[in-house]
Amino acid sequence: MKEVIHTPVPSVEEEEYHINMGPQHPSTHGVLRLVVSLQGEIVKSLKPHCGYIHRGMEKMCEKDTYPQIIHLTDRMDYLSAHINNHAVCLLVENALQIEVPERVKYVRTIMDELCRIQSHQLWWSSFGMDLGGLTCFFYGLRDREKILDIWEETTGARFLQSYYTPGGLMWDIHPDFQKKTKEFLKYFRKKIRDYEKILSGNVIFRERSRNIGVLSKEDAISFGVTGPSGRGSGFSCDIRKHNPYALYDKVEFKEILYHEGDTLARYMVRMDEMYESMHIIDQLIDNIPQGDYSAKMKAVIKLPAGEYYQRVETARGELGLYCISDGNKTPYRLKFRTPSFSNLSVLDHITRGLKIADLVAIGGSLDLVIPDIDR
Amino acid sequence: MKEEDFRDNKTLESFKKTGEGILLTTIDDVIDWGRSNSIWPLTFATSCCGIEMMATGAPRHDFARFGIEVYRASPRQADVIVVAGTIVNKMAPVLKRLYDQMSEPKYVIAMGACAVSGGPFYYNCYHVVRGVDHIIPVDVYVPGCPPRPEALLYGVMQLQRKIKLARITEAVKIQKVK
Amino acid sequence: MDLEKLKERVLTLAPEAELEENKQFLTFIIPTGKLHYIALKLKEDEDTAFDYLFCQSGTDMGKYLMVVYHLKSTTHDHSLVLKVKTEDRQNPSFDSVCDIWRTAEFHEREIFDMLGIWFNNHTDLRRLFLDDNWVGFPLRKDYQDEVNIVEI
Repeated sequence: MKEVIHTPVPSVEEEEYHINMGPQHPSTHGVLRLVVSLQGEIVKSLKPHCGYIHRGMEKMCEKDTYPQIIHLTDRMDYLSAHINNHAVCLLVENALQIEVPERVKYVRTIMDELCRIQSHQLWWSSFGMDLGGLTCFFYGLRDREKILDIWEETTGARFLQSYYTPGGLMWDIHPDFQKKTKEFLKYFRKKIRDYEKILSGNVIFRERSRNIGVLSKEDAISFGVTGPSGRGSGFSCDIRKHNPYALYDKVEFKEILYHEGDTLARYMVRMDEMYESMHIIDQLIDNIPQGDYSAKMKAVIKLPAGEYYQRVETARGELGLYCISDGNKTPYRLKFRTPSFSNLSVLDHITRGLKIADLVAIGGSLDLVIPDIDR
Repeated sequence: MKEEDFRDNKTLESFKKTGEGILLTTIDDVIDWGRSNSIWPLTFATSCCGIEMMATGAPRHDFARFGIEVYRASPRQADVIVVAGTIVNKMAPVLKRLYDQMSEPKYVIAMGACAVSGGPFYYNCYHVVRGVDHIIPVDVYVPGCPPRPEALLYGVMQLQRKIKLARITEAVKIQKVK
Repeated sequence: MDLEKLKERVLTLAPEAELEENKQFLTFIIPTGKLHYIALKLKEDEDTAFDYLFCQSGTDMGKYLMVVYHLKSTTHDHSLVLKVKTEDRQNPSFDSVCDIWRTAEFHEREIFDMLGIWFNNHTDLRRLFLDDNWVGFPLRKDYQDEVNIVEI
């Protein structure tokens, strides 16, 4: 009788394999490559590989003048384009100690808040789509078009406008700006209830997001996770409250904080922030003062030699611009401290032990925009 | 686009060789009609132009009415690749691999200034490929930074005109201007 | 903690530190050997509690290479800037602070990628954005690249 030779077969639990969620993937929101090390369906660790959209903006800034840098920052985090432009303008204005007219501050604050609402709408659309609810994509983008219409009328472009210049705005707002914005606010207050019915109250969504990807407050501070992702863990980091700029010290709004730190908390922070943004615009839209749309600036802008740090609150977190100037019309070194860069570093830490489907939900809730990481 | 322009292919006549028999031309017409009216793209968006591409698929400028019904996630199942966004040196081999994995007949639309020629990143940048036609052959160029959704739809209609000229025996060849 | 006490505390920890005048934040240039010690003390002491590193950047200042740390405390709401310099352009290296603030893992990889500065005791120091076989460090002022860059 033949002897049966038993060769040890590795059991399923012992096998670990690496899969590549490659740069081209429907749900990585851009070109991010994740090499995920899996055991069955459980994620053991993951390594992000960045650089697939690294355009070398920091090197380009050393040869560009300050108004030209505004056009580059547009394309860095294209969903908070206005807020990025605002950062460069504030850097120049604070360094040269120029006082911009009140009208400019009102319009800039309103445009920034519209930008935040628009970014959260797109985030909501793609987050819902990643989790399988394709309806969210259509609803969110349909309502976002209304904001793009308002912008197109005033600035001439739907997206990536570069409307702010150091000293003020490129040109004055359209006469219909206030009327259209008020109509949009009335329209969107009704529609946002639909959003809550579709996703926030949905049983499947809640099961997929409660207690998934928990980030504690100490970890959020240590990893430097700011913005709605950090505020979902209780880290109070809203630059609009801590270092106010434009008119944020004169309007009344709450800083939204949730303490659970899971995906659902990060989701609820963004939904509540849309309400707060609408509240801010309500307080400002009727009171835009008359006046100039730009302060008088020299033709060539030269910052005095020294170091400057300017921070603003984009829709994703804290954007910091660290500028070393040597007195020329181009900066010697301009470093962008972008929010998505730090937010990405926490993805490995919070996904260990969860399943692949949870990885998609967590990636969506952190709201990463990949050109923001790679610049 | 005016209807008479859409139906007029005289400007693309130079791509046609001498005609073939009646049966084959009728089959050609049917197949070309089918192909041009249901182009399914690959989900490929690198940067800002990707958002405008998503907006073209959104309810306002719906491009499902042009036949672009769904996005396919796998290159083996896609007809067209709309290169939306900047291509950098690190991404170039990936794009070439994706293009090679697509099955014939395949088309490429270069959307946005970055894909056409490097765009705002042409000067002083060490990592950007200045135009995606250095890597893959392009059928239609759609300029703009970012191009409006209507511009992308115009580009898609141009591609449809081009597909209608294909023959069953050979695909439309791209003539390089000397 | 107010600025005077903060100044005294840093000077107690590192008497050789130089204060830079007229800057936006309280800025010190500290000796490279004491970087890790000072950073750990500043984070762990209860009355300074600098637990948030909000920006870490590297620069090529021509004669020397410099890394700048922007620190903030979330409990006491004060900020501080630390700088370290080295004149060694062939093999510059500093101590890593990624065991103190985890955000430094990515920041230091980026500085290594762009400027070539090595960080001792980093968990995984390799290029972040560029390909592994890329030659050169782009953000250095003497970076020449005829193949890729089109100059105006």
